Amino acid sequence: MTAEETLIDDLLAGKHRALARVITKIENRSPGYRELVSQLHEHTGSAEVVGITGSPGAGKSTLVDKMAATYRERGETVGVIAIDPSSPFTGGAVLGDRIRMASNVGDMDVFFRSMSARGSLGGLSTATTDAVKALDAFGKDRIIVETVGAGQNEIEIVKTADTVAVLVPPGSGDDVQMLKAGILEIADIFVVNKADMDGADRTVKELREMIHMQDAGPMAGHHGADAIESSDDTEDDDTGWEPQIVETVAKTGEGVEEFLETLEKHAVWLEETGELEEQARQRYGAEIRTLLREDTADLIETELEARGGLDEYIDAVLARETDPYTVADEVLAPLAECVERQRDR
Amino acid sequence: MSTEGEQRTIRCLVAKVGLDGHDRGAHVIARAFRDAGFEVIYSGLHKSPDEIVQAAVQEDVDVLGISILSGAHDTLVPKIIDGLKEYDAFEDTLVLVGGIVPDDDREELYELGVAEIFGPGSSMQDTIDFVRENAPER
Repeated sequence: MTAEETLIDDLLAGKHRALARVITKIENRSPGYRELVSQLHEHTGSAEVVGITGSPGAGKSTLVDKMAATYRERGETVGVIAIDPSSPFTGGAVLGDRIRMASNVGDMDVFFRSMSARGSLGGLSTATTDAVKALDAFGKDRIIVETVGAGQNEIEIVKTADTVAVLVPPGSGDDVQMLKAGILEIADIFVVNKADMDGADRTVKELREMIHMQDAGPMAGHHGADAIESSDDTEDDDTGWEPQIVETVAKTGEGVEEFLETLEKHAVWLEETGELEEQARQRYGAEIRTLLREDTADLIETELEARGGLDEYIDAVLARETDPYTVADEVLAPLAECVERQRDR
Repeated sequence: MSTEGEQRTIRCLVAKVGLDGHDRGAHVIARAFRDAGFEVIYSGLHKSPDEIVQAAVQEDVDVLGISILSGAHDTLVPKIIDGLKEYDAFEDTLVLVGGIVPDDDREELYELGVAEIFGPGSSMQDTIDFVRENAPER
């Protein structure tokens, strides 16, 4: 038995150390990690995955802590992946989300793992997807992926989740501005956390307005102006899911039950409408594409090395003897030819 | 390089254990480790040995740095090391202790499996170098 097989067996047998080590290998992209993840795949598919995002200080970690505690009370096991930024200069990071996990200390059935956004953009979403698979195969009932919501990268990450909740702290117009820039589209549920603070009502109102503007917009599909009338319905008609707004005070646990109920509702909706399968299809499609993109990039890198690196090309481009497009064509042409030949067979 | 290119980063848990509120040293170390390119997980204050073990196992850290200034190292450190052993995590974790440890107690900690003890006046660079040189091969 190889070390990898032992590791997989140990993971499936419920050894925490093996799970931790598999995630490390995924993060490090250690030799053999691809085989590990391939083998895990058949054991996945039973966990419900929730993505939590929001600006720094919105209360994500505290909410995740309370969520985990509530799941545990119900007898479910929980896996958490918390992603923090890393320094673009040194690669170093301080991963501090663990400090907030005060309600679950000493409970090994809450598996909490901090990850840092190491370098590459695409790499992190691949690593997150794979780490979720490891937790899923391990047998976790619930998996929570927590990340700072600040841009495209984070949106990619939370796409690994079945349900996405966006946290909005009250009374900050700027955050609502941020939402307009794109996070609105990914939220299935908005959580107005710190709802005991001034301005929470206003934030809820603003969010509600935004959701309706979205509904009435040209992209709204079958949602018409009449959707506004039935704004408080959970599902306004046949297939649509209108983003829900929930108020919580994560620190005291207030509203957490309601939030979990809303998550549950969304899970049911996903199941009933077939959206769950559709999402999975899209996710696997994206995953395959990402892997292909990365692998072809490697292939090209190898080809470049075989040709003695980029320097000569760069010299030629600098001397105006050729240009970047021509160089790209030149390097790629034999590869394209080769692929074509293979396809024709 | 992307998919196959290995990206090994040293992961450290900086842990404050027991009734000891002095975290300046732990903060300084956490920061220095971060700037050295390590990934640092900080435990927060007043953690029990069990919590430290849970964090070290789940985070799969290469290095566990325990900061103790309360003088309770002779009870807390063995508990942590036993916990690590329970989860098969002791063998490939570099255990360090930082803080005030009287000379008479040092030998005992080394025997337990603590790799190094960094007392007052330790140089930050020495600590970082020690971690780089001794981080377990996995």
